[in-house]
Amino acid sequence: MKHRGLFYLQLGFTLLVSAFLIVPVVLSIMAGLTVNYFVGIESGLTLRWVFEVWNGYRDTIFLSIGLSLACLAVTLILGVPTAYVLAKRQNALTRAIEELLVMPVAVPGLATALALIVTYGSLSGFRTSWAFILVGHVLFTLPFMVRSVLAVLSAIDLKTLEEGAASLGAGFWPRFRDIVLPNCRAGILAGSLMVVTLSMGEFNMTWLLHTPLTKTLPVGLADAYASLRLEVGSAYTLVFFLMIMPLLLALQAFANPRPAKFVAEETE
Amino acid sequence: MRHEVRRLILLLLPAGIFFAAFFLLPMARLFFIGGSGKTGWAAYVAILTDANYLGSLVSTLGVATATTVATLIISGISGVFLQRHKFPGNGTLVAMLTFPLAFPGVVIGFMVIMLAGRQGLIGQVTQALTGEKLVFAYTMSGLFMGYVYFSIPRTILTVMAAAEKLDPKLEEAARSLGASPWRVALDVILPGLKPAFISAGAICFATAVGAFGTAFTLAARINVLPMVIYTEFTLSANIAMAAALSFVLGIVTWLVLAVARTAAGSTVAAAG
Repeated sequence: MKHRGLFYLQLGFTLLVSAFLIVPVVLSIMAGLTVNYFVGIESGLTLRWVFEVWNGYRDTIFLSIGLSLACLAVTLILGVPTAYVLAKRQNALTRAIEELLVMPVAVPGLATALALIVTYGSLSGFRTSWAFILVGHVLFTLPFMVRSVLAVLSAIDLKTLEEGAASLGAGFWPRFRDIVLPNCRAGILAGSLMVVTLSMGEFNMTWLLHTPLTKTLPVGLADAYASLRLEVGSAYTLVFFLMIMPLLLALQAFANPRPAKFVAEETE
Repeated sequence: MRHEVRRLILLLLPAGIFFAAFFLLPMARLFFIGGSGKTGWAAYVAILTDANYLGSLVSTLGVATATTVATLIISGISGVFLQRHKFPGNGTLVAMLTFPLAFPGVVIGFMVIMLAGRQGLIGQVTQALTGEKLVFAYTMSGLFMGYVYFSIPRTILTVMAAAEKLDPKLEEAARSLGASPWRVALDVILPGLKPAFISAGAICFATAVGAFGTAFTLAARINVLPMVIYTEFTLSANIAMAAALSFVLGIVTWLVLAVARTAAGSTVAAAG
Protein backbone atom coordinates (compact mmCIF):
# COMPACT_ATOMS: atom_id res chain seq x y z
CA MET A 1 0.00 0.00 0.00
CA LYS A 2 2.48 2.65 -1.04
CA HIS A 3 -0.44 4.90 -2.03
CA ARG A 4 -1.22 5.39 1.66
CA GLY A 5 1.72 7.77 1.81
CA LEU A 6 0.33 9.83 -1.04
CA PHE A 7 -3.03 9.98 0.71
CA TYR A 8 -1.51 11.37 3.90
CA LEU A 9 0.61 13.82 1.94
CA GLN A 10 -2.50 15.23 0.26
CA LEU A 11 -4.43 15.19 3.52
CA GLY A 12 -1.63 17.09 5.24
CA PHE A 13 -1.55 19.65 2.44
CA THR A 14 -5.32 20.13 2.57
CA LEU A 15 -5.22 20.55 6.34
CA LEU A 16 -2.58 23.23 5.91
CA VAL A 17 -4.72 25.07 3.37
CA SER A 18 -7.73 24.94 5.70
CA ALA A 19 -5.56 26.27 8.52
CA PHE A 20 -4.46 29.15 6.28
CA LEU A 21 -8.13 30.08 5.74
CA ILE A 22 -9.49 29.45 9.22
CA VAL A 23 -6.69 30.49 11.61
CA PRO A 24 -6.98 34.22 10.84
CA VAL A 25 -10.76 34.01 11.31
CA VAL A 26 -10.25 32.44 14.75
CA LEU A 27 -7.53 34.95 15.64
CA SER A 28 -9.77 37.82 14.67
CA ILE A 29 -12.70 36.49 16.71
CA MET A 30 -10.38 36.09 19.70
CA ALA A 31 -8.94 39.55 19.26
CA GLY A 32 -12.44 41.02 19.24
CA LEU A 33 -13.16 39.46 22.62
CA THR A 34 -9.86 40.00 24.49
CA VAL A 35 -9.11 42.99 26.67
CA ASN A 36 -5.69 43.51 25.11
CA TYR A 37 -4.71 41.40 22.12
CA PHE A 38 -1.07 42.43 22.35
CA VAL A 39 -0.83 41.00 25.87
CA GLY A 40 -2.89 37.99 24.86
CA ILE A 41 -5.87 36.07 26.13
CA GLU A 42 -4.45 36.31 29.72
CA SER A 43 -5.58 39.91 29.79
CA GLY A 44 -9.12 38.56 30.03
CA LEU A 45 -12.24 38.33 27.91
CA THR A 46 -14.58 41.23 27.35
CA LEU A 47 -17.57 42.34 25.31
CA ARG A 48 -16.41 45.94 25.60
CA TRP A 49 -15.21 46.16 22.00
CA VAL A 50 -18.42 44.65 20.65
CA PHE A 51 -20.42 47.29 22.53
CA GLU A 52 -18.11 49.99 21.26
CA VAL A 53 -18.82 48.84 17.71
CA TRP A 54 -22.53 48.67 18.41
CA ASN A 55 -22.55 52.23 19.73
CA GLY A 56 -20.35 53.69 17.04
CA TYR A 57 -21.35 51.75 13.97
CA ARG A 58 -24.89 50.52 14.57
CA ASP A 59 -26.18 52.66 11.71
CA THR A 60 -23.93 50.94 9.18
CA ILE A 61 -25.41 47.58 10.16
CA PHE A 62 -28.99 48.78 9.73
CA LEU A 63 -28.17 50.52 6.46
CA SER A 64 -26.58 47.37 5.08
CA ILE A 65 -29.55 45.24 6.04
CA GLY A 66 -32.00 47.72 4.55
CA LEU A 67 -29.91 48.13 1.44
CA SER A 68 -29.59 44.39 0.83
CA LEU A 69 -33.35 43.90 1.23
CA ALA A 70 -34.12 46.79 -1.13
CA CYS A 71 -31.59 45.32 -3.54
CA LEU A 72 -33.35 41.97 -3.28
CA ALA A 73 -36.73 43.56 -4.06
CA VAL A 74 -35.39 45.37 -7.12
CA THR A 75 -33.49 42.36 -8.47
CA LEU A 76 -36.63 40.24 -8.08
CA ILE A 77 -38.77 42.74 -9.98
CA LEU A 78 -36.19 43.23 -12.73
CA GLY A 79 -34.56 39.81 -12.76
CA VAL A 80 -37.36 37.25 -12.73
CA PRO A 81 -39.16 38.61 -15.83
CA THR A 82 -35.79 38.91 -17.58
CA ALA A 83 -34.92 35.30 -16.79
CA TYR A 84 -38.35 34.25 -18.09
CA VAL A 85 -37.80 35.99 -21.40
CA LEU A 86 -34.28 34.57 -21.73
CA ALA A 87 -35.64 31.08 -21.05
CA LYS A 88 -38.50 31.51 -23.54
CA ARG A 89 -36.35 32.66 -26.44
CA GLN A 90 -32.88 31.23 -26.75
CA ASN A 91 -31.29 32.93 -29.70
CA ALA A 92 -28.39 35.22 -30.53
CA LEU A 93 -30.22 38.27 -29.25
CA THR A 94 -31.08 36.88 -25.83
CA ARG A 95 -27.56 35.49 -25.49
CA ALA A 96 -26.23 38.97 -26.20
CA ILE A 97 -28.58 40.39 -23.56
CA GLU A 98 -27.33 37.87 -21.04
CA GLU A 99 -23.76 38.74 -21.94
CA LEU A 100 -24.45 42.44 -21.41
CA LEU A 101 -26.13 41.86 -18.06
CA VAL A 102 -23.03 40.09 -16.73
CA MET A 103 -20.76 43.00 -17.65
CA PRO A 104 -21.08 44.86 -14.32
CA VAL A 105 -19.72 41.73 -12.64
CA ALA A 106 -16.81 41.43 -15.07
CA VAL A 107 -15.90 45.12 -15.00
CA PRO A 108 -14.22 46.23 -11.73
CA GLY A 109 -16.60 47.89 -9.28
CA LEU A 110 -14.31 50.90 -9.19
CA ALA A 111 -14.97 51.58 -12.89
CA THR A 112 -18.74 51.18 -12.55
CA ALA A 113 -18.79 53.48 -9.53
CA LEU A 114 -16.76 56.15 -11.31
CA ALA A 115 -19.08 55.92 -14.31
CA LEU A 116 -22.10 56.44 -12.06
CA ILE A 117 -20.45 59.38 -10.31
CA VAL A 118 -19.47 61.22 -13.49
CA THR A 119 -22.97 60.72 -14.90
CA TYR A 120 -25.25 61.28 -11.91
CA GLY A 121 -22.93 62.83 -9.32
CA SER A 122 -24.32 66.31 -9.94
CA LEU A 123 -27.86 65.30 -8.97
CA SER A 124 -27.10 66.04 -5.35
CA GLY A 125 -30.36 64.72 -3.91
CA PHE A 126 -29.68 61.37 -5.57
CA ARG A 127 -25.92 61.40 -4.98
CA THR A 128 -26.27 61.76 -1.23
CA SER A 129 -29.08 59.26 -0.75
CA TRP A 130 -28.70 55.55 -0.19
CA ALA A 131 -30.52 54.99 -3.49
CA PHE A 132 -27.24 55.88 -5.21
CA ILE A 133 -25.54 52.90 -3.56
CA LEU A 134 -28.59 50.75 -4.26
CA VAL A 135 -28.21 51.35 -8.00
CA GLY A 136 -24.64 50.06 -7.88
CA HIS A 137 -25.61 47.00 -5.85
CA VAL A 138 -28.46 46.15 -8.21
CA LEU A 139 -26.16 46.33 -11.24
CA PHE A 140 -23.71 44.01 -9.53
CA THR A 141 -26.20 41.45 -8.17
CA LEU A 142 -28.81 41.34 -10.96
CA PRO A 143 -26.87 38.80 -13.08
CA PHE A 144 -26.79 36.38 -10.15
CA MET A 145 -30.57 36.50 -9.78
CA VAL A 146 -31.14 36.15 -13.54
CA ARG A 147 -28.64 33.27 -13.79
CA SER A 148 -30.07 31.22 -10.99
CA VAL A 149 -33.71 31.65 -12.06
CA LEU A 150 -32.73 30.97 -15.67
CA ALA A 151 -30.93 27.76 -14.63
CA VAL A 152 -34.13 26.40 -13.11
CA LEU A 153 -36.38 27.58 -15.94
CA SER A 154 -34.11 25.99 -18.55
CA ALA A 155 -34.26 22.67 -16.73
CA ILE A 156 -38.05 22.37 -16.85
CA ASP A 157 -40.27 22.03 -19.88
CA LEU A 158 -41.72 25.51 -19.67
CA LYS A 159 -43.30 25.38 -23.12
CA THR A 160 -45.41 22.28 -22.46
CA LEU A 161 -46.48 23.53 -19.06
CA GLU A 162 -47.57 26.88 -20.42
CA GLU A 163 -49.32 25.38 -23.44
CA GLY A 164 -51.20 23.05 -21.14
CA ALA A 165 -52.37 25.92 -18.99
CA ALA A 166 -53.19 28.07 -22.02
CA SER A 167 -55.26 25.28 -23.59
CA LEU A 168 -57.29 25.23 -20.39
CA GLY A 169 -57.94 28.93 -20.91
CA ALA A 170 -55.41 30.52 -18.57
CA GLY A 171 -54.29 33.96 -19.69
CA PHE A 172 -50.72 35.18 -19.44
CA TRP A 173 -50.75 36.60 -15.93
CA PRO A 174 -52.47 33.60 -14.29
CA ARG A 175 -49.96 31.39 -16.11
CA PHE A 176 -47.04 33.48 -14.94
CA ARG A 177 -48.30 33.56 -11.37
CA ASP A 178 -49.50 29.96 -11.05
CA ILE A 179 -47.14 28.04 -13.33
CA VAL A 180 -43.92 29.96 -13.91
CA LEU A 181 -43.31 31.47 -10.48
CA PRO A 182 -43.98 28.32 -8.41
CA ASN A 183 -41.75 26.34 -10.75
CA CYS A 184 -38.75 28.61 -10.35
CA ARG A 185 -39.05 28.87 -6.56
CA ALA A 186 -35.75 27.05 -6.00
CA GLY A 187 -33.94 29.39 -8.36
CA ILE A 188 -35.51 32.46 -6.79
CA LEU A 189 -34.46 31.27 -3.33
CA ALA A 190 -30.87 30.55 -4.34
CA GLY A 191 -30.67 33.83 -6.26
CA SER A 192 -32.12 35.80 -3.35
CA LEU A 193 -29.60 34.43 -0.86
CA MET A 194 -26.80 35.22 -3.28
CA VAL A 195 -28.06 38.77 -3.85
CA VAL A 196 -28.41 39.54 -0.14
CA THR A 197 -24.99 38.06 0.69
CA LEU A 198 -23.24 39.96 -2.10
CA SER A 199 -24.99 43.22 -1.35
CA MET A 200 -24.08 42.92 2.33
CA GLY A 201 -20.38 42.53 1.51
CA GLU A 202 -20.01 44.84 -1.49
CA PHE A 203 -17.13 47.28 -1.04
CA ASN A 204 -15.40 48.04 -4.36
CA MET A 205 -18.25 50.22 -5.61
CA THR A 206 -19.70 51.28 -2.31
CA TRP A 207 -16.50 52.93 -1.14
CA LEU A 208 -16.80 55.49 -3.93
CA LEU A 209 -20.60 55.72 -3.92
CA HIS A 210 -21.06 56.30 -0.19
CA THR A 211 -21.24 59.62 1.62
CA PRO A 212 -20.51 60.26 5.32
CA LEU A 213 -24.21 59.78 5.99
CA THR A 214 -24.60 56.61 3.93
CA LYS A 215 -21.94 54.28 5.31
CA THR A 216 -22.54 50.58 4.84
CA LEU A 217 -21.10 47.82 6.99
CA PRO A 218 -18.04 47.10 4.79
CA VAL A 219 -17.36 50.83 4.54
CA GLY A 220 -17.50 51.04 8.34
CA LEU A 221 -15.15 48.06 8.52
CA ALA A 222 -12.60 49.78 6.29
CA ASP A 223 -12.92 52.85 8.50
CA ALA A 224 -12.40 50.88 11.67
CA TYR A 225 -9.41 48.97 10.28
CA ALA A 226 -7.74 52.19 9.28
CA SER A 227 -8.32 54.28 12.36
CA LEU A 228 -9.23 52.22 15.41
CA ARG A 229 -7.33 49.70 17.52
CA LEU A 230 -7.06 46.12 16.38
CA GLU A 231 -9.54 44.87 19.01
CA VAL A 232 -12.31 47.15 17.73
CA GLY A 233 -11.66 46.18 14.11
CA SER A 234 -11.83 42.54 15.19
CA ALA A 235 -15.04 43.00 17.14
CA TYR A 236 -16.58 44.70 14.12
CA THR A 237 -15.46 41.80 11.92
CA LEU A 238 -17.06 39.45 14.44
CA VAL A 239 -20.36 41.30 14.04
CA PHE A 240 -20.02 40.96 10.28
CA PHE A 241 -19.37 37.20 10.59
CA LEU A 242 -22.45 36.80 12.77
CA MET A 243 -24.58 38.56 10.17
CA ILE A 244 -23.21 36.73 7.17
CA MET A 245 -23.02 33.25 8.70
CA PRO A 246 -26.75 32.34 8.54
CA LEU A 247 -26.82 33.52 4.92
CA LEU A 248 -23.81 31.37 4.06
CA LEU A 249 -25.24 28.30 5.74
CA ALA A 250 -28.54 28.77 3.92
CA LEU A 251 -26.65 29.32 0.68
CA GLN A 252 -24.74 26.05 1.11
CA ALA A 253 -28.01 24.24 1.77
CA PHE A 254 -29.93 25.68 -1.16
CA ALA A 255 -27.21 26.71 -3.58
CA ASN A 256 -27.85 23.95 -6.08
CA PRO A 257 -31.28 24.69 -7.45
CA ARG A 258 -32.66 21.31 -8.46
CA PRO A 259 -35.16 21.08 -11.27
CA ALA A 260 -38.55 21.81 -9.78
CA LYS A 261 -41.02 19.06 -9.03
CA PHE A 262 -42.91 18.97 -12.27
CA VAL A 263 -40.79 18.07 -15.26
CA ALA A 264 -42.69 17.10 -18.37
CA GLU A 265 -41.67 13.65 -19.51
CA GLU A 266 -40.27 14.52 -22.91
CA THR A 267 -37.43 16.56 -21.48
CA GLU A 268 -34.03 15.03 -22.28
CA MET B 1 -47.42 35.42 -32.13
CA ARG B 2 -46.86 39.14 -32.63
CA HIS B 3 -48.78 39.62 -29.41
CA GLU B 4 -46.42 37.32 -27.54
CA VAL B 5 -43.31 39.07 -28.82
CA ARG B 6 -44.71 42.37 -27.64
CA ARG B 7 -45.34 40.90 -24.21
CA LEU B 8 -41.78 39.52 -23.97
CA ILE B 9 -40.38 42.93 -24.88
CA LEU B 10 -42.59 44.49 -22.26
CA LEU B 11 -41.25 42.07 -19.66
CA LEU B 12 -37.67 42.93 -20.57
CA LEU B 13 -38.34 46.64 -20.50
CA PRO B 14 -37.84 47.42 -16.76
CA ALA B 15 -34.46 45.69 -16.62
CA GLY B 16 -33.53 47.16 -19.99
CA ILE B 17 -34.28 50.73 -18.96
CA PHE B 18 -32.46 50.32 -15.68
CA PHE B 19 -29.45 48.81 -17.37
CA ALA B 20 -29.28 51.41 -20.13
CA ALA B 21 -29.67 54.32 -17.73
CA PHE B 22 -27.30 53.14 -15.03
CA PHE B 23 -24.70 51.11 -16.89
CA LEU B 24 -24.51 51.70 -20.63
CA LEU B 25 -24.98 55.46 -20.48
CA PRO B 26 -22.55 55.98 -17.55
CA MET B 27 -19.95 53.74 -19.20
CA ALA B 28 -20.19 55.72 -22.44
CA ARG B 29 -19.82 58.92 -20.46
CA LEU B 30 -16.81 57.50 -18.62
CA PHE B 31 -15.25 56.76 -21.99
CA PHE B 32 -15.66 60.34 -23.21
CA ILE B 33 -14.53 61.88 -19.93
CA GLY B 34 -11.41 59.75 -20.20
CA GLY B 35 -10.54 61.67 -23.36
CA SER B 36 -11.44 65.11 -22.02
CA GLY B 37 -8.48 65.79 -19.75
CA LYS B 38 -5.35 67.89 -20.29
CA THR B 39 -3.81 65.29 -22.56
CA GLY B 40 -7.01 64.50 -24.46
CA TRP B 41 -7.37 61.04 -25.94
CA ALA B 42 -3.69 60.40 -25.20
CA ALA B 43 -4.87 59.51 -21.68
CA TYR B 44 -5.89 56.13 -23.08
CA VAL B 45 -2.33 55.32 -24.15
CA ALA B 46 -0.73 56.90 -21.06
CA ILE B 47 -1.10 53.54 -19.36
CA LEU B 48 1.54 52.27 -21.79
CA THR B 49 3.62 55.41 -22.33
CA ASP B 50 3.81 56.86 -18.80
CA ALA B 51 6.44 54.99 -16.78
CA ASN B 52 4.47 55.24 -13.53
CA TYR B 53 1.22 53.85 -14.94
CA LEU B 54 3.06 51.20 -16.91
CA GLY B 55 4.88 50.17 -13.74
CA SER B 56 1.65 49.71 -11.82
CA LEU B 57 0.08 47.91 -14.78
CA VAL B 58 3.00 45.47 -14.80
CA SER B 59 2.84 44.86 -11.05
CA THR B 60 -0.95 44.46 -11.21
CA LEU B 61 -0.69 41.85 -13.96
CA GLY B 62 2.22 40.23 -12.10
CA VAL B 63 0.38 39.80 -8.83
CA ALA B 64 -2.72 38.60 -10.70
CA THR B 65 -0.72 35.98 -12.60
CA ALA B 66 1.02 34.76 -9.45
CA THR B 67 -2.34 34.58 -7.67
CA THR B 68 -3.89 32.57 -10.48
CA VAL B 69 -1.03 30.05 -10.66
CA ALA B 70 -0.82 29.57 -6.89
CA THR B 71 -4.59 29.29 -6.46
CA LEU B 72 -4.97 26.74 -9.26
CA ILE B 73 -2.19 24.53 -7.86
CA ILE B 74 -3.49 24.67 -4.29
CA SER B 75 -7.16 24.24 -5.19
CA GLY B 76 -6.36 21.60 -7.81
CA ILE B 77 -4.59 19.39 -5.29
CA SER B 78 -7.07 19.85 -2.44
CA GLY B 79 -10.18 19.90 -4.62
CA VAL B 80 -9.44 16.62 -6.40
CA PHE B 81 -8.33 15.04 -3.12
CA LEU B 82 -11.55 15.99 -1.30
CA GLN B 83 -13.70 14.84 -4.21
CA ARG B 84 -11.92 11.47 -4.54
CA HIS B 85 -11.50 10.44 -0.92
CA LYS B 86 -14.53 10.40 1.29
CA PHE B 87 -13.36 10.04 4.88
CA PRO B 88 -14.78 11.17 8.22
CA GLY B 89 -14.21 14.91 8.46
CA ASN B 90 -14.32 15.42 4.70
CA GLY B 91 -17.45 17.56 4.96
CA THR B 92 -15.92 19.67 7.71
CA LEU B 93 -12.83 20.33 5.61
CA VAL B 94 -14.96 21.36 2.62
CA ALA B 95 -16.99 23.66 4.86
CA MET B 96 -13.80 25.24 6.25
CA LEU B 97 -12.31 25.71 2.80
CA THR B 98 -15.42 27.40 1.44
CA PHE B 99 -16.29 29.45 4.53
CA PRO B 100 -14.52 32.65 3.36
CA LEU B 101 -16.51 32.58 0.09
CA ALA B 102 -18.51 35.70 0.87
CA PHE B 103 -15.82 37.76 2.61
CA PRO B 104 -15.48 41.20 1.04
CA GLY B 105 -12.00 42.40 0.06
CA VAL B 106 -11.65 44.60 3.14
CA VAL B 107 -12.20 41.65 5.46
CA ILE B 108 -9.68 39.59 3.46
CA GLY B 109 -7.19 42.41 3.97
CA PHE B 110 -7.82 42.25 7.70
CA MET B 111 -7.28 38.47 7.69
CA VAL B 112 -3.87 39.09 6.08
CA ILE B 113 -3.09 41.61 8.82
CA MET B 114 -4.08 39.01 11.42
CA LEU B 115 -1.55 36.61 9.90
CA ALA B 116 1.27 38.79 8.66
CA GLY B 117 0.67 42.22 10.17
CA ARG B 118 2.54 44.03 12.95
CA GLN B 119 0.72 42.07 15.66
CA GLY B 120 0.21 39.06 13.42
CA LEU B 121 0.74 35.38 14.06
CA ILE B 122 3.63 34.98 11.61
CA GLY B 123 5.44 37.89 13.25
CA GLN B 124 5.05 36.38 16.72
CA VAL B 125 6.16 32.93 15.61
CA THR B 126 9.20 34.18 13.72
CA GLN B 127 10.17 36.42 16.61
CA ALA B 128 10.04 33.48 19.01
CA LEU B 129 12.05 31.29 16.63
CA THR B 130 14.63 33.62 15.16
CA GLY B 131 14.37 36.78 17.21
CA GLU B 132 13.38 38.71 14.12
CA LYS B 133 9.81 39.69 13.38
CA LEU B 134 8.59 38.85 9.87
CA VAL B 135 5.94 41.37 8.79
CA PHE B 136 4.87 41.47 5.15
CA ALA B 137 1.14 42.26 5.22
CA TYR B 138 1.57 45.80 3.93
CA THR B 139 3.52 44.89 0.80
CA MET B 140 2.89 43.20 -2.53
CA SER B 141 3.44 39.80 -0.85
CA GLY B 142 0.64 40.59 1.58
CA LEU B 143 -1.63 41.50 -1.32
CA PHE B 144 -0.70 38.26 -3.09
CA MET B 145 -1.53 36.32 0.06
CA GLY B 146 -4.89 38.10 0.33
CA TYR B 147 -5.86 37.38 -3.27
CA VAL B 148 -4.95 33.71 -2.89
CA TYR B 149 -7.02 33.60 0.30
CA PHE B 150 -9.92 35.20 -1.57
CA SER B 151 -9.68 32.89 -4.60
CA ILE B 152 -9.24 29.47 -2.94
CA PRO B 153 -12.87 28.93 -1.81
CA ARG B 154 -14.52 29.59 -5.18
CA THR B 155 -11.81 27.75 -7.13
CA ILE B 156 -12.04 24.66 -4.93
CA LEU B 157 -15.80 24.55 -5.51
CA THR B 158 -15.29 24.71 -9.29
CA VAL B 159 -12.57 22.04 -9.23
CA MET B 160 -14.66 19.73 -7.04
CA ALA B 161 -17.67 20.06 -9.32
CA ALA B 162 -15.52 19.26 -12.36
CA ALA B 163 -13.70 16.36 -10.65
CA GLU B 164 -17.05 14.80 -9.82
CA LYS B 165 -17.82 14.51 -13.52
CA LEU B 166 -14.49 12.86 -14.43
CA ASP B 167 -14.79 9.20 -15.36
CA PRO B 168 -12.87 7.12 -12.78
CA LYS B 169 -12.67 4.30 -15.35
CA LEU B 170 -10.13 6.29 -17.36
CA GLU B 171 -7.85 6.52 -14.34
CA GLU B 172 -8.29 2.83 -13.59
CA ALA B 173 -7.38 2.01 -17.16
CA ALA B 174 -4.28 4.18 -16.97
CA ARG B 175 -3.26 2.58 -13.69
CA SER B 176 -3.84 -0.95 -14.94
CA LEU B 177 -1.56 -0.13 -17.85
CA GLY B 178 1.15 0.67 -15.32
CA ALA B 179 0.96 4.46 -15.06
CA SER B 180 2.30 5.99 -11.84
CA PRO B 181 -0.03 8.20 -9.76
CA TRP B 182 1.98 11.17 -11.02
CA ARG B 183 1.45 10.23 -14.68
CA VAL B 184 -2.26 9.57 -14.04
CA ALA B 185 -2.62 13.05 -12.58
CA LEU B 186 -0.70 14.62 -15.43
CA ASP B 187 -2.17 12.71 -18.38
CA VAL B 188 -5.70 11.86 -17.26
CA ILE B 189 -6.94 14.09 -14.43
CA LEU B 190 -5.38 17.38 -15.51
CA PRO B 191 -6.69 17.33 -19.11
CA GLY B 192 -10.14 16.44 -17.78
CA LEU B 193 -10.08 19.41 -15.46
CA LYS B 194 -8.79 21.84 -18.09
CA PRO B 195 -12.10 23.65 -18.77
CA ALA B 196 -12.67 24.14 -15.04
CA PHE B 197 -9.09 25.39 -14.64
CA ILE B 198 -9.51 27.88 -17.47
CA SER B 199 -12.75 29.33 -16.18
CA ALA B 200 -11.71 29.38 -12.51
CA GLY B 201 -8.29 30.78 -13.44
CA ALA B 202 -9.87 33.58 -15.47
CA ILE B 203 -12.03 34.55 -12.51
CA CYS B 204 -9.00 34.58 -10.17
CA PHE B 205 -7.09 36.71 -12.64
CA ALA B 206 -9.88 39.20 -13.33
CA THR B 207 -10.70 39.60 -9.65
CA ALA B 208 -7.05 40.16 -8.74
CA VAL B 209 -6.72 42.78 -11.48
CA GLY B 210 -9.84 44.72 -10.55
CA ALA B 211 -10.17 44.25 -6.78
CA PHE B 212 -9.72 47.23 -4.56
CA GLY B 213 -10.81 46.43 -1.01
CA THR B 214 -7.87 44.23 -0.02
CA ALA B 215 -5.22 46.66 -1.27
CA PHE B 216 -7.11 49.49 0.38
CA THR B 217 -7.06 47.79 3.79
CA LEU B 218 -3.39 46.82 3.52
CA ALA B 219 -2.73 50.40 2.47
CA ALA B 220 -0.55 53.01 0.94
CA ARG B 221 2.62 51.53 -0.44
CA ILE B 222 1.00 48.97 -2.73
CA ASN B 223 1.25 50.19 -6.27
CA VAL B 224 -1.51 48.38 -8.19
CA LEU B 225 -3.80 49.87 -10.81
CA PRO B 226 -7.02 50.08 -8.76
CA MET B 227 -5.11 51.99 -6.05
CA VAL B 228 -3.67 54.32 -8.68
CA ILE B 229 -7.16 55.01 -10.05
CA TYR B 230 -8.44 55.72 -6.58
CA THR B 231 -5.56 58.11 -5.86
CA GLU B 232 -5.97 59.92 -9.18
CA PHE B 233 -9.66 60.38 -8.47
CA THR B 234 -9.57 61.44 -4.83
CA LEU B 235 -6.18 62.99 -4.09
CA SER B 236 -5.20 64.45 -7.45
CA ALA B 237 -8.79 65.10 -8.56
CA ASN B 238 -7.60 64.02 -12.00
CA ILE B 239 -10.97 62.66 -13.03
CA ALA B 240 -10.15 62.27 -16.72
CA MET B 241 -7.11 60.10 -16.01
CA ALA B 242 -9.02 58.04 -13.44
CA ALA B 243 -11.79 57.54 -16.00
CA ALA B 244 -9.39 56.49 -18.75
CA LEU B 245 -7.50 54.09 -16.49
CA SER B 246 -10.64 52.47 -15.11
CA PHE B 247 -12.12 52.12 -18.59
CA VAL B 248 -8.97 50.32 -19.73
CA LEU B 249 -9.02 48.17 -16.59
CA GLY B 250 -12.65 47.25 -17.28
CA ILE B 251 -11.83 46.26 -20.86
CA VAL B 252 -8.93 44.08 -19.67
CA THR B 253 -10.98 42.13 -17.10
CA TRP B 254 -13.94 41.80 -19.44
CA LEU B 255 -11.69 40.49 -22.25
CA VAL B 256 -9.98 37.96 -19.97
CA LEU B 257 -13.36 36.57 -18.94
CA ALA B 258 -14.76 36.60 -22.48
CA VAL B 259 -11.73 34.78 -23.91
CA ALA B 260 -11.85 32.23 -21.10
CA ARG B 261 -15.54 31.67 -21.74
CA THR B 262 -14.96 30.81 -25.39
CA ALA B 263 -11.95 28.65 -24.45
CA ALA B 264 -13.72 26.76 -21.69
CA GLY B 265 -17.07 26.62 -23.40
CA SER B 266 -18.90 27.34 -20.18
CA THR B 267 -20.25 30.33 -18.35
CA VAL B 268 -17.72 32.41 -16.50
CA ALA B 269 -18.33 35.37 -14.26
CA ALA B 270 -16.20 37.03 -11.65
CA ALA B 271 -17.57 37.61 -8.21
CA GLY B 272 -16.79 39.72 -5.17
